[in-house]
Amino acid sequence: MSMMKKLAFVLIAAMVATLLYRPAQASLEIVITDGIDSARPIAVVPFRWLGDGPAPEGLTQVIAADLMRSGKFNPIPTNAMPQMPSSEQEIDYPSWASLGVEAVLVGTIEPYAVDRYTVAFQIVDVLRGQITSGSRVLRGGELVSSNDHILDARRSVINGDQFRQYAHRISDVFYETMTGEPGAFMTRIAYVTVNHNNDKPYELVVADYDGYDEKVLLRSPEPLMSPSWSPDGNKLAYVSFENKRPEIFIQDIYTTRREKMTSFSGINSSPVWSPDGRTLAMVLSKDGNPELYTMDIASKQFTRVTRHHAIDTEPSWSPDGKSLVFTSERGGRPQLYSVNLDSGQVRRLTFEGEQNLGGTYTPDGRQVVMVNRTQGNYHIAKQDYPSGNMQILTQTSLDESPSLAPNGSMVIYSTTHNNQQVLALVSVDGRFKARLPAREGEVKSPSWSPFLR
Amino acid sequence: MNANQLLKSLLIAVPMLTLAACSSSQGADDAASQQTNQQQQQGQQGSGVELDAAERTKTPEEIRAEQMETLRQENIVYFAFDDSRVSSEYAQMLSEHAEFLVQNPNVTVTIEGHADERGTPEYNIALGERRAKAVAQYLQNLGVSSSQMETVSYGEEKPLVNASTQSAYAKNRRGVLVY
Repeated sequence: MSMMKKLAFVLIAAMVATLLYRPAQASLEIVITDGIDSARPIAVVPFRWLGDGPAPEGLTQVIAADLMRSGKFNPIPTNAMPQMPSSEQEIDYPSWASLGVEAVLVGTIEPYAVDRYTVAFQIVDVLRGQITSGSRVLRGGELVSSNDHILDARRSVINGDQFRQYAHRISDVFYETMTGEPGAFMTRIAYVTVNHNNDKPYELVVADYDGYDEKVLLRSPEPLMSPSWSPDGNKLAYVSFENKRPEIFIQDIYTTRREKMTSFSGINSSPVWSPDGRTLAMVLSKDGNPELYTMDIASKQFTRVTRHHAIDTEPSWSPDGKSLVFTSERGGRPQLYSVNLDSGQVRRLTFEGEQNLGGTYTPDGRQVVMVNRTQGNYHIAKQDYPSGNMQILTQTSLDESPSLAPNGSMVIYSTTHNNQQVLALVSVDGRFKARLPAREGEVKSPSWSPFLR
Repeated sequence: MNANQLLKSLLIAVPMLTLAACSSSQGADDAASQQTNQQQQQGQQGSGVELDAAERTKTPEEIRAEQMETLRQENIVYFAFDDSRVSSEYAQMLSEHAEFLVQNPNVTVTIEGHADERGTPEYNIALGERRAKAVAQYLQNLGVSSSQMETVSYGEEKPLVNASTQSAYAKNRRGVLVY
């Protein structure tokens, strides 16, 4: 345990050093606040450069940061590594095993052409390597070297500007190899920033999930709200007050083409794409008070879903697209309900806590992540189905707008830290917690993209 | 000073402020030189003399502009947490607004609804709308035509005070009448 704590400390120190070294590259560097101790120790060995001149930098740092941020892995710091192997044959298994390292990622980078590189890597199981490496097994009547300990091995040619992206790709492969679940490192987040020092204070921004490669998609003098990704990852639906009233827009993030979808009198809020991408669920108050509607995007036909004098809002689709979870005050205080889109049948989902709002299904549909209010405190919580067990995941304050990674492993949400709105991450099991540090102004309404491949 | 007295004193003070603002709107330099001229004139005329001006008859437009300016000074209804009932302390203020709107059926007002930052942004949009509508309903009960009123909810997106304190929350839970 103390060994792990020490490792974690060195690791954080190394991360801080990295942050100080390259502060300008990202505006959303991540500070891990909890959960290193429980993660699985692994090693991401810096890939060996096989060319002349300076080596391309950063590949393995990005992978190590990805895997640590997943909350599932604890990559040991480079200076704690017993050796720097570049392939399976060079690995001295006992020295890694004695550190408790479960798996080692090794690889090489080789010049291929002008600004083109061959990157090769292997994911090696330390425990199995200790047992089987160099040993021979009988296969097809012949004695051959066993490669069972090599969990994956790949080779690709990439351009000089693709190192970050390819690093995320390797992280995805490593994560899936080790957990059986797809990684979500090649994903992006959309969010809204507010900085009143600007004449257009409100910005709609997309960035890689780790905060790099930020792009402002829209600047406005009036509020922007509720960005939501299309399932193909090409478009965002959002609410803009640019005409001094809320209106729903859809914007293509690559072409800047945008279309106003609704401008009814009253509320036009909470647009969310159906899993098949054909329908938007939303909230309109055109018929008197906030009700859920669906809108067929192609035909622009609306269907009213709820019919109640209390507030109904914050729709979110079930993974099968057959029902919506939503927030309603029909029971007195805001609680989560689900409505079947065929039958219109409404069922209450939450009973614990003073309020429950902003529900979202996990991709497997077996849990709902939400904002729970208990004793006046707003935290991110999850409820399991069918057991109904509720678990509070966060200890930060004024938590809101939870959005799930497409593999269901992490939740990004908005919270208040030092009197400022910032983004934070928590793993769905609640063990790992991290904060994306503040910058000038507020950051809010995060929305995690689908898989982008 | 009760609300009524405050309003009456504002009725006098605000038009004066407005006129002063109009004359100085030509530019800060002009205003400064006018002031110097006045001081010089007063100096030349010596002591013991009092100057005064006759009051020009105001046009109905001017009177309406003045009334509107007065109403703009007192235009916020504050709400309790998670509540959209208009408290009786705003009765006097809202009746002044209603009277003005009834007398001036061509004037329209936008009622903004706002919430504090607690709770989710989307729920707060709904809450803000309910507050704006509560104010609109109140005015409608006092005879204001619904065609003169529009409501818009900004939820928690436009706080009056940017802080996470109880007093800031109290200032941010509001309905605002905007002419």
